[in-house]
Formats: sequence, C-alpha cells, structure tokens
Amino acid sequence: MFTIKNIAIRVLVPGVTALFQMSSAWSGIPIQHWQQASGAAVYLVESQAIPMVDVQIDFDAGSRRDPPAQAGLAAVMAAMTAKGVRAVGNDALLDENALSEAWADLGASFGASADNDRLSFSLRSLTYPDLLPRAVALAARQLAEPSFPPDVWLRERERLKAALREANTRPATLAGRAFAQAVYGTHPYGYEMTEATLARIEVADMQALHARMVLPCHAKVNIVGAVTRAQADALASQLLARLPVAAPGAACPALPPVAEVAPLSAAVEQRIPFKSAQAHVLIGQPGYKRSDPDFFPLLVGNYILGGGGFVSRLTSEVREKRGLSYSVYSYFAPGLHAGAFTLGLQTRPDQADQAVQVSRAVVARFVAEGPTAAELQAAKDNLIGGFALRLDSNRKLLDNVANISWNNLPLDYLDHWTQRVARITQADIKAAFARKLQPEKMVTVIVGASP
Amino acid sequence: MKRLIPFLFPLLGLLASPSSSGQTPPRAEQFTLSNGMTLIVKPDRRAPTAVHMLWVRVGAMDEVDGSSGVAHVLEHMMFKGTPSLKPGEFSRRVAALGGRENAFTTLDYTGFYQQIPAARLPDVMKLEADRFAHNQWSDEEFRKELEVVKEERRMRTDDNPRAQLFEVLNATTFMESSYRRPVVGWMSDLDAMTPADARAFYRRWYTPANAVVVVAGDVDVAQVRQWAQRYYGRITAHAVPSRKPRTEPPQLGLRRLEFKAPAEQAYVALAFRVPGLQSLNVAVPGDEDALALTVLAAVLDGYSGARLERALTQSADRVADSAGASNGLLGRGPQLFVLDGVPAQGKTPAQVEAALREQVARVAREGVSEAELQRVKTQWVASEVYKLDSVFNQARELGSYWVQGLPLDAGERLIERLRAVTAEQVRAVAAKYFGDDQLTVAVLLPQPLDRSRPPRALPAGARH
Repeated sequence: MFTIKNIAIRVLVPGVTALFQMSSAWSGIPIQHWQQASGAAVYLVESQAIPMVDVQIDFDAGSRRDPPAQAGLAAVMAAMTAKGVRAVGNDALLDENALSEAWADLGASFGASADNDRLSFSLRSLTYPDLLPRAVALAARQLAEPSFPPDVWLRERERLKAALREANTRPATLAGRAFAQAVYGTHPYGYEMTEATLARIEVADMQALHARMVLPCHAKVNIVGAVTRAQADALASQLLARLPVAAPGAACPALPPVAEVAPLSAAVEQRIPFKSAQAHVLIGQPGYKRSDPDFFPLLVGNYILGGGGFVSRLTSEVREKRGLSYSVYSYFAPGLHAGAFTLGLQTRPDQADQAVQVSRAVVARFVAEGPTAAELQAAKDNLIGGFALRLDSNRKLLDNVANISWNNLPLDYLDHWTQRVARITQADIKAAFARKLQPEKMVTVIVGASP
Repeated sequence: MKRLIPFLFPLLGLLASPSSSGQTPPRAEQFTLSNGMTLIVKPDRRAPTAVHMLWVRVGAMDEVDGSSGVAHVLEHMMFKGTPSLKPGEFSRRVAALGGRENAFTTLDYTGFYQQIPAARLPDVMKLEADRFAHNQWSDEEFRKELEVVKEERRMRTDDNPRAQLFEVLNATTFMESSYRRPVVGWMSDLDAMTPADARAFYRRWYTPANAVVVVAGDVDVAQVRQWAQRYYGRITAHAVPSRKPRTEPPQLGLRRLEFKAPAEQAYVALAFRVPGLQSLNVAVPGDEDALALTVLAAVLDGYSGARLERALTQSADRVADSAGASNGLLGRGPQLFVLDGVPAQGKTPAQVEAALREQVARVAREGVSEAELQRVKTQWVASEVYKLDSVFNQARELGSYWVQGLPLDAGERLIERLRAVTAEQVRAVAAKYFGDDQLTVAVLLPQPLDRSRPPRALPAGARH
C-alpha cells in the first residue's frame, strides 16, 4: 500500500524542456502553428533537450456524438484501433499481437482514447533516425487502417461487460451514475456505456464512425519534442498520409451541432441504500463551457473553494476541522458544453448527513459572499507563483498545446495566463459564481448513508 | 496504480538512468552533512522548477504489533505544526510559494515533497527542516487527523475487495517479517492509537542519520549544499536505533486462503517467495536470480500481448479476463513474485491458477526466445530516455535507492545488469522458484450484493 496524504492532489509529473533559458521573465512558450494542404492544423513546441517526441492528434469525435442507444461507441472504437491493422498494398496484415510486438520492439507507443469531446490518438517515440520513421509509419497505418477484427470485438465486448458488472458492485459507480443522470438529463455528457448499449455496437458501427470522423481536414496535430518545424511538418503529413483525401477544393464535411446541457429547474436529492464502509457523496449541477468569459474567475474561485489541495475551504471545513473525510474536493469540467460542477467526498455512513450539511453550507456561503481578500491573494500567489509547474515537462506542454488548439485559444495564451489571473478581483469571482452556481437547485447524491 | 501494494511491483526507478544518446545530463551528487544527514542533488536545468524531497528510512515495517499504521499516521501529523507553525500553516506557506506538496508512506520508507519554482527552494528547505526537527501538535489535532486516516483506510481497503485480499495474503505469507501488516494499519490498532504512540515513533526514527534530502531541478549543487548544511545540518542528531532483523523463515509448504467479499468477479493471486536484490557492489547469492525473475515477469507481462495475456485472455474459450505477473526485486524486507488473474465468465479461480502456473512451467521447459528477451530490454532502454521528462521521478528514484542502501548510480547499474540476463537464466529461475512449497494462493470468492443489510457496526472509538 502506497498511501499519500491527499489523493485530491494529482501528483503530476514534472519534467523538462529546453524552453526556459530565462528564469523568471517569461517571454513565452513558442508555439508554432500552420495548416497543411489536407486541412490538418499543426501545433508545435520544439523541445530539443531529450531525444523524444510526443504527438497528440485530436478529432471532434468524442462520446458526445455517440448515438444514445450505442453509448460508448467512440470509446470502444478508439480501443479497438489497437487490435490490428489491415493488409494494404505491400503492407501485410498485423494482428493484435504482431502490432503490439512491433510497438514494443520500437520502444514506442501509440494508442487512442475518447473523452466527452475528443477522440485522441497519441504517439510517443524516441527521435533516433533509425527509429522515428518506423514508428511514424506504423502509427499512420494504425490511425488509418485499423482492422477491427469481429472475433476480437466479441471477446472485448464480453470483457467489458464483465468489468461493468464488477464496477456495479462499487458504491462510487452507483454514485457517479446517479449524479450524471441527474445533472445532465438526456444530454450526451450523461450517457453511460452499459451492457445493453455494448450489445448494440458492432464492428460496422466502428468502421462507419472511423470513416466519417477520422479525416485529415478535422485533425488537430499537436507535437512537442526534439523535432524542427520542417521535421514536424513531415511527421504530421506522414501520420495522416494513409487517411482518405478530400477531393481538391472540396470542403471538409461539416459536423452536426450537439445540443447544450439544460440547466436544472429544481434541487434533486437521491439517497441510494448500499452496504459499504463509506458513504459516497456527490453534489453539483451543470457548470460552464470552456469558451465562457468567466473562465478565469471560476478557475481562481474554485481553487479557493475546493481545488487547492490542503488549503481549500472544503478541505479546511470537512477534513481539517472535523475529520469527516480523507478526500473532499470540487471542480468544474468545462468542455464544448457545460460540464458539471462537482463536489465529492466519502465518509463513514453515519457521518454522511453532517458532511453534506457542512459542504452545502460552504458552497452556499462562497457563492453568496465570494472569497476574502486574503484567500484571493493566497490563490494568486499559488497559481501565479507556480505557473512554471504547469509547463515543466514535455507531457505537460503537450496538454497545454492541445488545450490551446482544441479550444481555439490564442497562441500566446500561456504568455498572458498569469496576467489574467492577476487581474481577477473578489467581485469578479463572486459575480461569476453567482452566474454559474445555484446552490438551491443542485443535485445531491448520497450512496450508502446510514440514518 | 494497478494495485495498492508497492512491494509487489518492480519498484520505482527500475529503469532510470541517463540515456546513451550522447546527451549526458548532469550527474547526481551525494554529500553527508555534519550531523550525518545525507544530501543528494541532481541538477536538471531545463525548466525553472525544482523538486525537494525528504525521505526517512522508516516505514510500516518498522512498527510493532499493536501500533500498526503509526508510520503513516505520523506522516499525516507532520503537517500539523511546529512551535513556530500552526496546524495547516505548513501547507499554506508552501501554497503561497507557488508550490505543490504531498507525502507518502510505504512498508520501507516515509517521504515528503514539494514541487516549487526553483527560486523558492531555500524556503521549502527551511520549512521541511523545521518540521523534521520540531514537529509538534496537540492531542486534539491528533484525534481529528486519526479520523481522517480511518476514512483513508475505509476508502482504500475496506471498500476494495482486492485490496482486502492482498491484506490477507500478506498476513498469511509473512509470519515473522513485519511485511505482514498493512501500511495503513489494522482498524483496531488505529482505534487504539494514542498521540504518545506517534510522538514516540517520531522521536525514535526522525533523526538526521536516518534521512536523506533529495533535490532535483534547476539548481546549483554548491548552493544547495550550503543551504542544506544551514537548514538541515544543524539539527541535533541521535544514533539510529538498531533494528531487529525479524527475518522471515523459509516457507515449508503451500498455503491457501479464501476471502469473501461482495463482488461480481472472482480473483486469484499467487505469491511465490523469491530472493530480492541485495547489492549492486558485491556478489550476493540470489541477486542474479532476482534480476532474472524481473526479466521473467517482463516476458510474461511486460507489454501488450505478452505471454500471459496471449495465453489466458485471447481465445474464444479464454480462461481469464485479465492476467498479470510482477517481481518485487527491491525492498528492505522479503520479496514476492506475484501471478494474478480474473477468471472469465464460467471459469474458475482454480483454472486460472493452473493456467498461470502452466505459463511459468512452459518457460521452465522451453525457455524464452531471443526476440522476447530483446523486446523487454528494448523497452527498458527506451524508458531510460522517457524518464528524463520527469524531474519528479528522477528525485523519487534517487530517494528510493538510498532507502535500499543502493549507490547513486543504481538506476544505470540495474539496467546494465538486467540487460546482461540471458535466456538460460530466465529459464533456470522459472524452474527453480515456482514449486508448491514457497507459494501462497489467495482466492477472492465473490458474494452477492445485499443492499438492504444494515451498515456494518461502527468501529469502537467512533467520534462524533
């Protein structure tokens, strides 16, 4: 058992780039951006210090576009791209084991995943001249020519169903499901992959989704590593080279809009009986979209409310003062739609009601009054002072570049980030929270409380 | 993390070392301060950040019966103040410096860290030295934090059937070694723990000669050494208490246990007693085998589609939904090689157990191919480069090697030793260590969920 003091703090791995020759004077993270003839948008940060490169290719094909009856389609399609590639031209078929052995032999990795918004393909490789071209060639095949073998899907579907049944024995699963359904209603952000939706997904659905969505003109290609712009351009071209090309002059197929998350009309409280050592509590509501102008006051405000590790109001009131929970946190999940505001904790069953009461009071007071001047200053000290910790590895830089490209943020977004934080006032936070959170209309889910 | 029991893993840093790419990062340097404390500094000047860690060579294995969990409780209490810092003030100061922080406790060690802008390094060194030397808190703070720790136990273990299974497995595998107790502690011991228990543990083990400060990042070695001497070097020292060896006797016969918990899927884990790596400096019997066992684990489960996955989980009539192998390799206590698996629908734990053992037996009969051997070594070499992306992990490896008494360049030397392992050595260890007599088998028997049952009785000492 490897116990840590607080799991709410993600121990992100710091690391290295050659970008920071200047110590504190941030003259900017140089993000290069250009568009290829295929329509693909490329974003590059050159980081020459380590002979490695990370690439993340994003498509607007996340699970928000899943048909409701086939919830989970984007995620399983992504996972199935690792199960083999077709024979094309002189390139022989590779089954799942031949493919994974090929990656292991290269000391590289390539894989796909889907979240609510994005379908992402990620490559990590050394940049040695004898290795990188082979890794890129293999990635291009896997990106464009997955074989989606039907027998493997039947097997994987059974494994997924078994894993779902196991997860359904855990109180956290039940709490998360009830919370998502209550907060999102019929919006795709609340869709849940179940045995029934898996049963309706066939290989043909994956093939159709892949053919429709994985197109160069939709691709955002984010690259961080020891490559020059010319090398990055060639790398991006090669990665996308085996995908279908649109006819010259043809427009990239438009994607249908997805409805927005509806606000809640009234408070909901669900108490679900369960026998467990801890009750699981989730409180929240729809939050805001990433494009919302309140982004910065909400970022800073949530740091104070429940995001700032050991020093947040929630941690202070629920954990430090009362010893009610090991982990208590709040976060917003802004995406293309209004992802949820979520407050979560686990506590002994007989303490659940007290913990809910304390947490609700903390949120209500914060929304009503905003932060104190001292809290705001402490938040700025941490966020501004610790800005470099958000960028000190290739992995973190990649996340930031992908954030900028996905959300169409300005290329100098990081250069102005600390200034944006510094400008936030108490009144800004209070007003933004009042606009976004309605404590009297939140969802509360309590699984496993005892009376 | 796949499982919560670190000594079942190849430990952190198995693969670390500078790459052979021609770009040689600055080497780590090690010093001894005037009071016996160790300092390790690893410059990595590619970003204006640093990580500062304090490791104490004391963990749950240094506890005694009746006070299990005290090392971890003390780790929590280290955030509760000193004569000059109120409870919670340590974290507020670190946050105000722009820092991120946390701490960790395992069987072998306790560690504390801050990630900060490099210019803030002396501030956190001063703060950490203060609490290392002068940790102090009230009984009331202790009582509150103990409740937090119990919630941690409920979350990580009591509501997690597989974590509970490993708790029972360790308690069954080890009799004399204190590896038999859970890091977080038995609930009864937590209920009975007193402030005096934590204070006594602190006074006994938190002494300079039992600790190392590790700094990595955008720092100057000479400057860090100066700060370390100023802040840490003046802390009063006492001798590190002697440790009873509590050597685990040889296991003489199969042990088998069943554990029942509400679950849908069964699960089986096979723990084989194996030698751990003792030294990188001198030849110790068993060390070559420990390395070969690590290669064996990688051949079985080191990449997608490795032997266990292929043999157990892929066919239409597959026996398992997942299967794994890991070798302990490094640790202050006795080491295990663990095979585990989740039976596929309609299959039994016994079938999975047999299938797992058959894969090891196959290696013993037929050996491994050069291609497999080369494949796992290629991955290790590549990961040496990837690991350079993380200053945090570099510091963590340096600390963990120090805890094990290994040299500063242990990462490189480990990789060299692993690369030298031959196919014949792998075959030989597969034939040598996987009989019945050194084996403990743990089976999770899923029980139906009964949501209408009343909650479990509250533990004694429940607080209101």
